[in-house]
Amino acid sequence: MSDVVEKTLSALPSLLSLDSQAGAGKLSPSSKLGNLIKGITELTSKHEEERLIKKELESIKEQVASPNTTMRQMKEIMVRAIYCEMLGYQASFSYIHAIKLAQQGSVLEKRVGYLAVSLFLNETDEFLLLLVNTVLKDLQSTNLIEVCMALTVVSQMFPKDMIPAILPVVEEKLTHPKEIIRRKAVLALYKFYLIAPNQVQHIHSKFRKALCDKDPGVMTASLHIYLQLIKENPESYKDLTGSMVTILRQVVGGKLPLDFNYHSVPAPWLQIQLLRILAYLGKEDQGTSEMMYDVLEESLRRAEMNHNITYAILFECVKTIYTVHPKSQLLEKAAECIGNFVLSPKINLKYLGLKALTYVVQQDANLALPHQMTIIECLDHSDVIIKRETLELLFRITNAQNVTVIVEKMLEFLRLTCDDYSTIDLVGKVAELTMNSVFSLGGDVMQPDIPNNFLRLLAEGVDNVEDRQLRLFAVDSYVSLLQGETAKLPQRFLQVISWVLGEYSYLREEESDPGSVMRLLARLLDQRHTSTETRSWVLGAMTKLCSSPVSVALARDVCERYFWLWCSFIPQVDSSLSFLDGYVSEALAAGAAPYKSPHQRQEDLVQEKALSLEPYGLSLPVSLSSCSITDRRSPTLLSMSSVSQCYFSSTTLKLEGVKRVWGKDGYLAQQQSAGETPTPLVELPSPLLSPQSPPSQTQKPSSGLEPDQEKRQLASSLFVGLGSHNSVCLVRFPSTVWLFIKHCQSANQSNVVKALFKPLRTLDHTTSNGNPHVEGTEQRVEAGGPLSLIRGNGMVAVVPPTHTQTDPQTQQDLHPAPALERPRDLPLTSHLPAELSGLARSEFTPLCSDQDSSLALSACRVYKEDALVLLVFISNNNDSALHQMALQLTCKELEVYIFQTGLNNKVPLFFSEIPVGRSRNQDRNTRGSSNRDLEKPRIFCENFRNSCMPLTVSTGDYGKMWLSFSHDLKQNLQLVTTEHQEPLTATLDALKGKLHLHVVDIIGSEGIVACRLLQGPGQGQPCLLHCRVHADSLAVWLRSPVPELPDSLLYHCQKALTET
Amino acid sequence: MMHFLLLFSRQGKLRLQKWFTPIPEREKKKIVRDMTTMVLGRKPRSCNFLHWKDLKIVYKKYASLYFCCGLDAEENELLALEVLHRYVELLDKYFGNVCELDIIFNFEKAYFILDEFLLGGEVQETSKQVVSRSIEASDMLQEAEIDNSDYDLELGWP
Repeated sequence: MSDVVEKTLSALPSLLSLDSQAGAGKLSPSSKLGNLIKGITELTSKHEEERLIKKELESIKEQVASPNTTMRQMKEIMVRAIYCEMLGYQASFSYIHAIKLAQQGSVLEKRVGYLAVSLFLNETDEFLLLLVNTVLKDLQSTNLIEVCMALTVVSQMFPKDMIPAILPVVEEKLTHPKEIIRRKAVLALYKFYLIAPNQVQHIHSKFRKALCDKDPGVMTASLHIYLQLIKENPESYKDLTGSMVTILRQVVGGKLPLDFNYHSVPAPWLQIQLLRILAYLGKEDQGTSEMMYDVLEESLRRAEMNHNITYAILFECVKTIYTVHPKSQLLEKAAECIGNFVLSPKINLKYLGLKALTYVVQQDANLALPHQMTIIECLDHSDVIIKRETLELLFRITNAQNVTVIVEKMLEFLRLTCDDYSTIDLVGKVAELTMNSVFSLGGDVMQPDIPNNFLRLLAEGVDNVEDRQLRLFAVDSYVSLLQGETAKLPQRFLQVISWVLGEYSYLREEESDPGSVMRLLARLLDQRHTSTETRSWVLGAMTKLCSSPVSVALARDVCERYFWLWCSFIPQVDSSLSFLDGYVSEALAAGAAPYKSPHQRQEDLVQEKALSLEPYGLSLPVSLSSCSITDRRSPTLLSMSSVSQCYFSSTTLKLEGVKRVWGKDGYLAQQQSAGETPTPLVELPSPLLSPQSPPSQTQKPSSGLEPDQEKRQLASSLFVGLGSHNSVCLVRFPSTVWLFIKHCQSANQSNVVKALFKPLRTLDHTTSNGNPHVEGTEQRVEAGGPLSLIRGNGMVAVVPPTHTQTDPQTQQDLHPAPALERPRDLPLTSHLPAELSGLARSEFTPLCSDQDSSLALSACRVYKEDALVLLVFISNNNDSALHQMALQLTCKELEVYIFQTGLNNKVPLFFSEIPVGRSRNQDRNTRGSSNRDLEKPRIFCENFRNSCMPLTVSTGDYGKMWLSFSHDLKQNLQLVTTEHQEPLTATLDALKGKLHLHVVDIIGSEGIVACRLLQGPGQGQPCLLHCRVHADSLAVWLRSPVPELPDSLLYHCQKALTET
Repeated sequence: MMHFLLLFSRQGKLRLQKWFTPIPEREKKKIVRDMTTMVLGRKPRSCNFLHWKDLKIVYKKYASLYFCCGLDAEENELLALEVLHRYVELLDKYFGNVCELDIIFNFEKAYFILDEFLLGGEVQETSKQVVSRSIEASDMLQEAEIDNSDYDLELGWP
């Protein structure tokens, strides 16, 4: 019958008549269903459809109610009713008739009746009770088809309470001679187990029997139950491991009848079910896991066909391997397998690869490293699903170093997506990232824009249910955090907590005592470890919470306790008085809340603007300084003006992206962090502004490479901190290059780190050039000490394999003429890691710019607030691409960060070293410089030049400092004369460029200059210069609290000016 | 476990719906709506896997018909893709070069086939032969009954 069906609409009438001829009671009475369907497909509007269906339903209703309708007609009517329901129209009046049909019809009619019941009704429907007797009758029928139908409907839906009524009969079927009945009975019992586990507890032994059934189909069905049982309680089923392993081995070995093959893969469903069971059994159990290693390996090995189903098995296998007790050999194979998935051009496999990677990076984050570039590509994939999965993966590898970038990426995705569910999910993740793990781990050291991003996320959302939920979630989790031990929480986290509680506590007000949040905040206020800035945030939050009477009472209490502190501070900061008045009066108004202080009004404004606070950014330095000054005088004194300012400044959103280095006006100086450390603000002079490297230089690297470079930069920011700090292996380069950087703790005067640049298997023509120097170079490093190496004390020295020998002068020259020195003018600037790109730095110095070498090393120093960073760039000079490169770093005392920017042939990779430790060697050298030996001051100065930082002070502060410093020195220096500038300006500019000094002011023929020391014993100590043009020389007067400092600075000034 | 299986056309017309877990009527409608918009909005050659709430959605287009199912989080997506494929194979075997019209006009047959293949959201029988034999047996019974002739109970059973 149906196989003669014609495939086109035009053939419809004939098709229908054919069908009715075939007699199948189905369409016989005028083939009403056919007409209905045909009618529907011809309609053009929803309205017409509604009308037609309404008519149809009425006719159905009439027919079912008529006592003359036969069961055969009823069957046809039911099919029509099912069709109407499928179109979304309720035909509830027919439900009872469907049951009737199942009860009274012949086998065929019964089949449709059961189908209609299973489509119309739910497990919970009361109508189903009417079916129980029918089911019971059919279960006991001698007609196999009736039994099957009854078992099918039972496994689809059965009222929970009625299970005992039919359970014995179903149980009985487990021993039925027909395997199809046994199989369905097992599945029915599985269903019973799911909805009412207690009811089937007594037949667990029968499950075992089903597991041992001679028919593989019944055995497979029983595994559903076992999967469930083992998942819930693996301990009780450990004894099954052996059997499961044996079954899997037999299946994998192709011992099952061919019937079970699916696209010539033996019983894939069974395999996957078994693998899942093994995963539960072997989890955290070495003994059990050992039993399955062999079969797992075999499964991996056998699944080699290029078909979806084999990939499904592989995927499950990998999952199992990573779940059971680890075996390195298997893990390796599984990792390889994941790699193949990730690299696969098939998008489904790529997706699963990412998914598997997401799963495994939780155990070993390094596994993500070989796939960095793929991951970056996936991040920009046109398919949002891939994007989302990539973010999920990144979410798992988030650490304190890359959290900014990852959260940024997530927010980017959030802005694009319009899918509610993924939004909620992702928002939760962003929240989790920002709030908990990273906040408590990264704490105070992290970038201020992370909490800002988070606060923006919370505040920006439209007022819908999801945002409300997120906020409530935040409030709840913070309250529970505050209820615990708060001493360990970072200050910045506490600030975020205060803000969130202040803003959104009202969301939980209904369900809890309103004073509880207030009390928690008050407790925070009283704790000693809470910093002044945090206190100001807490008070800000409390102010917002003063709306309820309970809170006001508490606030009054707090006010009384802290009032004297504020009072004592009033004379110092005028504005605090008015604010305090507002606060107190509000508190005392006992619930009369309408008064709004200017602070609050501003805050409302802020909220309206959804926290995009660009204008408020200006208040930052003010609040910082006022805060820090109070901080130093007395930790408890608090300027209320600073409360509001801090409040705004800290919530100020710094919207610039990580990579945004250039603004409208050129180079953007790094944003000041709103940290609590009272460090003087430092204005960083940017050597990039010097004419030899105009801003445009970095903006026009060869355009073809740019997107690539961006990706690499992104990779560097995303994967930072992932690899182990001491050695990182990067795959994908065909030749291998080893780079050793060793920290040499010998008794050398200088604390030297040596590096060995050793191409092992580079491209053919370079092997002859690169290799011979290797050994010799290394020895030279050890023997030669500081002279053979660049950049003096405490610095990283990278040994140039060839260049040192041919032209050592270049190496010793600290400031080689830029650009000219570089054989190929690489746009290295664009490869600076994002977090360093805003800082002052030296020129890029080629370390081994050997023309013939395929690889070049360049370095530059970047002056960070607290450390000096040496960046070493490894670039490929060849046109042929490198595809594989191994890099090994050996370094004990230096912090090594690896930034892999990319794998292209220009700048494959660079890394930086941040010497944070100030070694004893260095101290000795510095002290030694006080005796004016010819050699030692030189060392000191070499060091000095690297550790000199600009000191930004106002002229007034300069004056105060000048008077307070006791060690001074006067000397005449030569003037630099240029055509365009005044000699004084020219000279000071030259000094500024070479030594990173800060020119405070130039008045007439006098100039004042300030700097401070980054490293060494005088760390952080300032040195001031007063210069006056006297005839044709410059009279310099230096002052510093440290005796040696003026001496060294002067020496260096002399040297710098001679060089010019 | 599979939670639901939907078949719908390119125009978003539902052709078959099977719910394996109890879901309120309103929720069903929402799921159908969400699935059709989600799946029909996908570009060709995109990933066949989606997320919807805490369910995994696996879909595949066969000619003009979309097959779409919702799975538990621990299910294997690739395997589900093969479940859909096997169902199409079964339909194909039964109807002989199946097309959307076969399913439109004989949807109850499609349901019967599905019931032999999946039970309670789990794969019941993976052998194509076994499934088609059970269906044939029932159909044979149907014709036998119409002819009012005796039928052999054992006929067609494996």
